[in-house]
Amino acid sequence: MTQLRAWLTADTPVSRNHARAIQAYLSWRALASNPLTMIGLLIVVALVVFATLAPMLAPQSPVAQDLTQRFIAPGTQYLFGTDEFGRDILSRILYGARVTLYIVVLVAVTAAPVGLLVGTVSGYFGGWVDAALMRITDIFLAFPRLILALAFVSALGPGIENAVLAIALTAWPPYARIARAETLTIRTSDFIAAARLQGASGFRIVVGHVVPLCSSSLIVRVTLDMAGVILTAAGLGFLGLGAQPPLAEWGAMVSSGRRYLLDYWWVATIPGLAIFVVSLGFNLLGDGLRDVLDPKSS
Amino acid sequence: MIEVGNLEVSFGEGAAVIRAVRGISFEVAAGETFGLVGESGSGKSTVLRALSGLNPNWSGAMHVDGQALGKRRSKAFHKLVQMVFQDPYGSLHPRHTVDRVLAEPLAIHGMVDVDRRIETALVEVGLGPAFRFRYPHQLSGGQRQRVAIARALILEPKVLLLDEPTSSLDVSVQAEILNLLQRLKRERGLTFILVTHNLAVVAHMCDRLAVMNAGRIVEEMDVAELRRGEASEAYTRQLFNASLGYNRARARELITFE
Repeated sequence: MTQLRAWLTADTPVSRNHARAIQAYLSWRALASNPLTMIGLLIVVALVVFATLAPMLAPQSPVAQDLTQRFIAPGTQYLFGTDEFGRDILSRILYGARVTLYIVVLVAVTAAPVGLLVGTVSGYFGGWVDAALMRITDIFLAFPRLILALAFVSALGPGIENAVLAIALTAWPPYARIARAETLTIRTSDFIAAARLQGASGFRIVVGHVVPLCSSSLIVRVTLDMAGVILTAAGLGFLGLGAQPPLAEWGAMVSSGRRYLLDYWWVATIPGLAIFVVSLGFNLLGDGLRDVLDPKSS
Repeated sequence: MIEVGNLEVSFGEGAAVIRAVRGISFEVAAGETFGLVGESGSGKSTVLRALSGLNPNWSGAMHVDGQALGKRRSKAFHKLVQMVFQDPYGSLHPRHTVDRVLAEPLAIHGMVDVDRRIETALVEVGLGPAFRFRYPHQLSGGQRQRVAIARALILEPKVLLLDEPTSSLDVSVQAEILNLLQRLKRERGLTFILVTHNLAVVAHMCDRLAVMNAGRIVEEMDVAELRRGEASEAYTRQLFNASLGYNRARARELITFE
């Protein structure tokens, strides 16, 4: 253990991977020193664990109806109670974590790289490339996010995949803007000039020199946006345009539980709390990542 | 080795145009160290950036090693001419290890034997292999500048453009870097163009120098004349006097040149 620690804090790395391991370890230590960030990380890790292990952890099927067991209050028999069809809310929350994670991951892996690429290319090459890409970005930015998502979903039909597509399509323009702004400050620096003097192609400079410097602020922004993505997905679900019944999705659960809110509070409140906790987790994690990763803060 | 004829460089357009370099010509022989001296804003760094290809907004004629230079430079040109920047804190990528900094030019030019070349380059600039996998933030200013010199030399260029390579380093490190450059020049038969405002550095490094003011070359002289203080132009004399240090009588004599 002490040997490993010495290896991870050595000031003369002996190989490429050693240097990387030291960097990762130092970032991790900076991240771990902030208790709020660790709470956020814990929540996000818990979301992933619950989502992957949902079939094992859930006491019942999320869609099994039992009309003799309607509206049972949270207690020993049903930890989170049951809903209007007698379905176990705990099981539905656990399976709902899968849907939430699916949305979050899919939006992150589609919107973030597109935004990063559009922004860095636009910022680095400038001129008509910049003008064209930024006007397209402007068009997407001009629409309110939920409204554009609504339009997409109504054109493509309701469903979880279309909701994700709609959210991803509206999520990338801010990333492109951030990446472009970062690129504009980076492109005039001497190390880019040095790379150009070595004969590096524009592609090599964007991918090898500009993207690594933009990605940290983008990761932070994506993490902070995750709460918004979850809420948008929940909002689409709430409006009946996201996940369709009987699929367990937190927003749709809040929506259907709303009718019984006064008599049976848990039906809408429990999934609402789940949305709240996961959004909070992503926000705390994003804040901590900003402190560690943002090159401007150090 | 290098011929520059009637070089003009301007920034901006229309009414806001700034003519940074206004028709200068000079020649540098192979193996020579040529100094470009002048105050801030005299256009000396702009000449270097135009020559290196970083600034394409120039007119006139430039030849390196007999080849006329266009607006876009070939890979062969980059292998022939390299540059060392003023600020070692800005000229190294903050997320790249020394290893990556030195491996990249080799990859671009498809040169083989990467490991050996990187280790030799580090030894030559006096750093040694222990520094190979460090990040720039783990290096001092002088060590960073050594890495920048290693990066410039790893392609085995014939010409090195030096843009105030020591002005952001402290005095003891300045001497080390200058001696390092002198040694590398002797060993490899390099040709240097050194841009600086420090006449002591010029006297130490250069064979000939050109004094620039307001985008023009005021005077060309060799370094022996500089040492004897035999400047024929008033501007050069004033620059020389200023380098002798501050006193009240001298400060009163200062005039503005346009």
